[in-house]
Amino acid sequence: MTKIKLKENIMYGVFLFCACVSVLAVALICIFLFANGIPAMKKIGLFDFLLGKKWKPGNDIYGILPMILGSIYVTAGAVVIGVPVGILAAVFMTRFCPERLHKLLKPAVDLLAGIPSVVYGFFGLTVIVPLIRQLFGGSGTSMLAASIVLGIMIFPTIISVSESSLKAVPESYYEGARALGATHERAVFMTVLPAAKSGVMAGVILGIGRAIGETMAVIMVAGNQAAVPNGITRGVRTMTANIVLEMGYAADLHREALIATAVVLFVFILIINLSFSILKRRSESK
Amino acid sequence: MSKTLTPPKISSSGAVAIAAPMPMEQYKGAKIQAAVLRALVYAAACLTFGALICLILYILIKGIPNLSLDLFSPEYNTENVSLFPALINTITMTLLSLAMAVPLGVFSAIYLVEYAKRGNKIVGLVRITTETLQGIPSIVYGLFGFLLFVTTFSWGYSLLAGAFTLVIMILPVIMRTTEEALKAVPDSYREGSFGLGAGKLRTVFKVVLPSAVPGILSGVVLSVGRIVGETAALIYTAGTVAQIPQGLLGSGRTMAVHMYALWSEGLNTRQSYATAVVLLLIVVLLNAASGALAKKITIK
Repeated sequence: MTKIKLKENIMYGVFLFCACVSVLAVALICIFLFANGIPAMKKIGLFDFLLGKKWKPGNDIYGILPMILGSIYVTAGAVVIGVPVGILAAVFMTRFCPERLHKLLKPAVDLLAGIPSVVYGFFGLTVIVPLIRQLFGGSGTSMLAASIVLGIMIFPTIISVSESSLKAVPESYYEGARALGATHERAVFMTVLPAAKSGVMAGVILGIGRAIGETMAVIMVAGNQAAVPNGITRGVRTMTANIVLEMGYAADLHREALIATAVVLFVFILIINLSFSILKRRSESK
Repeated sequence: MSKTLTPPKISSSGAVAIAAPMPMEQYKGAKIQAAVLRALVYAAACLTFGALICLILYILIKGIPNLSLDLFSPEYNTENVSLFPALINTITMTLLSLAMAVPLGVFSAIYLVEYAKRGNKIVGLVRITTETLQGIPSIVYGLFGFLLFVTTFSWGYSLLAGAFTLVIMILPVIMRTTEEALKAVPDSYREGSFGLGAGKLRTVFKVVLPSAVPGILSGVVLSVGRIVGETAALIYTAGTVAQIPQGLLGSGRTMAVHMYALWSEGLNTRQSYATAVVLLLIVVLLNAASGALAKKITIK
């Protein structure tokens, strides 16, 4: 009996330890990023760093405003394209699609999620970029191209999370609405979808996280000019792209400035996560 | 489910009209609203799956003619841009990361769902941190891995540094899916097991975990997809050497990094198409395999 109890206790310890690994990981990430990035911000000057419009590592000028704006614009574009379509597609999969079709679509969504971001980038580079070049002129590598590619990339994230939360809504909600005379569509959109709100929100968070953090696909289609973006058909450089493009040969203050860029990105992510979890909690307590 | 319920015919059937009859205009309005909503939903579905089909067809049509045996020769050199070393590196990297991340992720999900009591402070903390981890961009993981494993631990650019970075990256995915899968197991299973005299540990491993396997597998597949497709986190941890390294402390590029390297060199478009096809095939095969596996387990 005591032997079993000992085993139980040991395994309890193991489980607890594993659960703490993620906490440890976040702590380490914070420590390493901040310890390496903040000194650079001090050296450059916080305002010069965050609000400087010029990024010229050759002249020791490090202003990342263009990249901050680039990341925000591209992500916003991806959300505009990806979120409505993703949510509606999730509604289609749970409430509008015949059982047989669903068996085909479910793996399709998984596949969409599994396709590597470089492949998306490559597809964007060889299909979407030339298309934009033809339609709007210019080089084609642009904010618009990046937003479209990212919009497609966040479909599966939003669809799969929304779908599982839509499925978790009790069937009685739908049946109740139908019994009151609502059409199938109205019942789905007015009762089932609102009931699944927090889950759908979670999907949107994941989608935004994926869009703002995406690097490779963006690098390949966005043009990467380190200047304040002016127009959706112009080139843009995101914070993520900035790090990857220059980390390979950066040294000293330049390298630290790149790590500081990652700190800014990280703070952005923290703010997004925080505001969404507050939103989520509020919607759940209602 | 929806087919068994038909909307009440208000205009013709007197029986339903006993409950407040809907005015004709309102009924028409409802019909239009329904049609618009339905059109939107169908359009979104077409757009999503159309995009997927376009992407796959395009890669296949452009890539298959570029596939050749030369691409799979074991040596990479400037004359023959072989992707074989990258393929082997990808497999090594995947196995290495999963070997660490799956037990870690599943165990922590077990703690969260089966062991932690309500209002436990650790649970809240873990939940916040996993949510944070999930949102962290892969390039930030890459930089972190570079700072910790490559520089501080002085492993240099190596498969091991890459794998450790990936473990932290996929941990929240596995934890989340496992947690959801465990929560979906009905309490009656647990009660039944306890009722038959099984202990907590036995209940978890013999009853709860087996019935949660399909859910856990879906998380594993998601993370394999992330590993195979990951580039940003690996460039500055595992490095971009296009050879199979001698050991785990050697640098080696995976398939996705290989594709990025080809793009940045800007010389070998044909090989990029071919690499894209191979990457796509890997992902398709993976998904099919896990789907089959999950089905098998649910039938049991």
